[in-house]
Amino acid sequence: MSHAATHTIEHAEEGLGVYTQKLGMWVFLCSEVMFFTALIGSYIILRWGSAESWPVPAETLNIPVTALNTFILICSSVSMVKAYAAAVHDDQRGLKRWLLTTVLGGATFVGVQAYEYIHLIGKGFLPSSGLFGSTFYTMTGFHGFHVTCGVISMAYCTLRAFRGKYAGGNFHGIETVGLYWHFVDLVWIILFTIVYLF
Amino acid sequence: MTTAGVAAEHLEHALHDDRPFIRKYVFSTDHKIIGIQFLFLSLFFLLVGGVLAMVIRWQLGFPGKAMPLPGAWPSTMAPDGVVLPEFYTALVTMHGTFMVFFAIMPLLVGVFANYLIPLKIGAPDMAFPRLNMWSFWLMIPAGALMVAGFFVEGGAASSGWTGYAPLSANPEYTGATYGQQLWCLSLIVFALSSLLGSVNYITTVVNLRAPGMTWFRLPLSIWALFITAILALLAVPILAGALIMLLFDVVLHTNFFLPAGGGQPLMWQHLFWFFGHPEVYILILPAMGIASDLIANGSRKPIFGYHSMVYAICGIAFLGWVVWGHHMFQSGMNPRLGTTFMVSTMFIAVPSAIKVFNWMGTMWRGNIHFTTPMLNGIAFVAMFTIGGLSGIFMAATPADMYIHDTYYIVAHIHYVLFGGSLFAIFGGIYFWFPKMFGKMMSERLGKIHFALTFVAYNLTFFPMHILGIGGHMRRIYDPSQYEFLRPLQPMNEFISLSAFALFISQLPFIWNFFHSLFWGKKADINPWHDNGLEWTAPSPPPHGNFETTPTVYHGPYEFSRPDMEQDYLPQNQPLPAPQPVAH
Repeated sequence: MSHAATHTIEHAEEGLGVYTQKLGMWVFLCSEVMFFTALIGSYIILRWGSAESWPVPAETLNIPVTALNTFILICSSVSMVKAYAAAVHDDQRGLKRWLLTTVLGGATFVGVQAYEYIHLIGKGFLPSSGLFGSTFYTMTGFHGFHVTCGVISMAYCTLRAFRGKYAGGNFHGIETVGLYWHFVDLVWIILFTIVYLF
Repeated sequence: MTTAGVAAEHLEHALHDDRPFIRKYVFSTDHKIIGIQFLFLSLFFLLVGGVLAMVIRWQLGFPGKAMPLPGAWPSTMAPDGVVLPEFYTALVTMHGTFMVFFAIMPLLVGVFANYLIPLKIGAPDMAFPRLNMWSFWLMIPAGALMVAGFFVEGGAASSGWTGYAPLSANPEYTGATYGQQLWCLSLIVFALSSLLGSVNYITTVVNLRAPGMTWFRLPLSIWALFITAILALLAVPILAGALIMLLFDVVLHTNFFLPAGGGQPLMWQHLFWFFGHPEVYILILPAMGIASDLIANGSRKPIFGYHSMVYAICGIAFLGWVVWGHHMFQSGMNPRLGTTFMVSTMFIAVPSAIKVFNWMGTMWRGNIHFTTPMLNGIAFVAMFTIGGLSGIFMAATPADMYIHDTYYIVAHIHYVLFGGSLFAIFGGIYFWFPKMFGKMMSERLGKIHFALTFVAYNLTFFPMHILGIGGHMRRIYDPSQYEFLRPLQPMNEFISLSAFALFISQLPFIWNFFHSLFWGKKADINPWHDNGLEWTAPSPPPHGNFETTPTVYHGPYEFSRPDMEQDYLPQNQPLPAPQPVAH
């Protein structure tokens, strides 16, 4: 989100004391919470609201590989915090390094997920494979789509960082994308717990 | 350079308009142009929805008879002008869909939120103008996908605007395989457009208010649009999630809503109405806000109970989240839930009544000017009251058992959505047209349009209550197939003739709109002598709206102050100094 695309006015009436891009991102994330609530809530109703037994996830899914993937995604959240701190302290080298780390972490996550999908489809586990298949692919698929969007926007931020657009403590863009990234991480922790582990 | 110097240069840049035509009027980021683009788009869809309604009314009034121009109708829809049953179900579905998602909602939110929020709070534009542009341009593919349904194999979606599963989830049931997919896709794109709009409206109202524009100096229209944006922000993604699952059921053969694969059809209803009931308030709250502004202006009196109006809006919005089950009394959900939903629904009557009494209190002994906007505002209050009262009957589970899925429901929804929302929308268009285009609309044609619409509207929809009590089902193709409905057929004919009259009554509006657009009388800066900040900017306002950021001194309803000669006081002018009291 570039500066040119947003409006601010001088001496406005006091809002929430948060700059406009950050507020916009928080508002957007409220909507995202409701979107994932629809998917996760339906999963809960379909799985625990019916008398029929649910397949054991570990028999179909590869838990250790996904656990490692979860760890990578959480690490990318840490590197995002590092990137934000570097942007605040105008440490340009650190900013570029940590942004690149985050992009790599996110891309690895999507790559492993794609590999997981190919493997599962090869085994004959499809979206049409009962309610487990339906909910698994819908929830993890839309999460993966969100991670992909995050990776693309962070790659764009990295490009801008290399062009020096965040010099002089201009951290707003980094903080805003960071908020989204942490949210996507949080959703994954919930999904990993209720889809893979339970 | 000083901050003030930078600001002045920025403003000069903003007001100096040398953008090429395409950036100015087509891919514009200016909230006013986007609002006007939404106006044209949603009025077009209002017309489309109206035409579909006319075909529906023809079939109900004269079942099995050939429509005018029998040769002109495609044989897949109406061979020799006689409506096919499968085309009729598509008509009912698409009429509802177009009216709710592509006409009333964009008219209220797309047009008035976009146009009014920055102007009324004293901001140069929305918080995110580029996202705002996307919000409009996503509506074009959404609308195109929806219209495309009519032209694919199997016809448009036929499972009702509520898309109940499993009817919608298994293409074999309706035969509209591609139509149902397009319906889902179109509404998903619509949800994205709505999301971008909501993020903008909320952020703008919170962060971009001019100095002095405190929360309790906001016009009620802005309060209503702000609360509506919060509802849309949180409700529409639920619809998007449900639509994605439905689309996957149709395309990828998942089993969310199909009982054969273990899915739960009732879950669709829960998801749809968890979105759908807040949606009902998305469709009425902005109309309430607009009506408040119109009635205070037309009565030349401060709005009665400003604070209670604000709290009532918030109360309705909150209660809107806990009443969705009242759409599902007959769905087979746990009957014990019915009582809970009945009680929570009855509570909504309280804030609604507060608003109705406050509007009457505003008009009470006011110096009422019967302008076209005011007439539409009064009609809004009257029609909303009737629609609200019929709603209480349906909220009571024992009464609902009898009138559920009958024409009583059809009457109720049209009393709130047409009689309520649409009259406020017409009033709003007449009121803000001078600001939007710098031209006045004809008052005489406006009053003719209002009178004809008001009469024809009531003749069309009031008898539907009686049909419903008589047991006439909604969405029925041919009422004459039932012995017990045959005596009601003359009433159906009467309703159809009134509906045609209602459609024709819109011609003065269309003529007035386009004629005034080009040849209307030039509008002053403040033709209605109103207090809102938009009336302190030129008509139409330039890019960037205000020459300098206005300062706000008081609320928007300072009409007929006893210590002033002039009966209005714009928000950017200080209150008169208190006079010493003579003893």
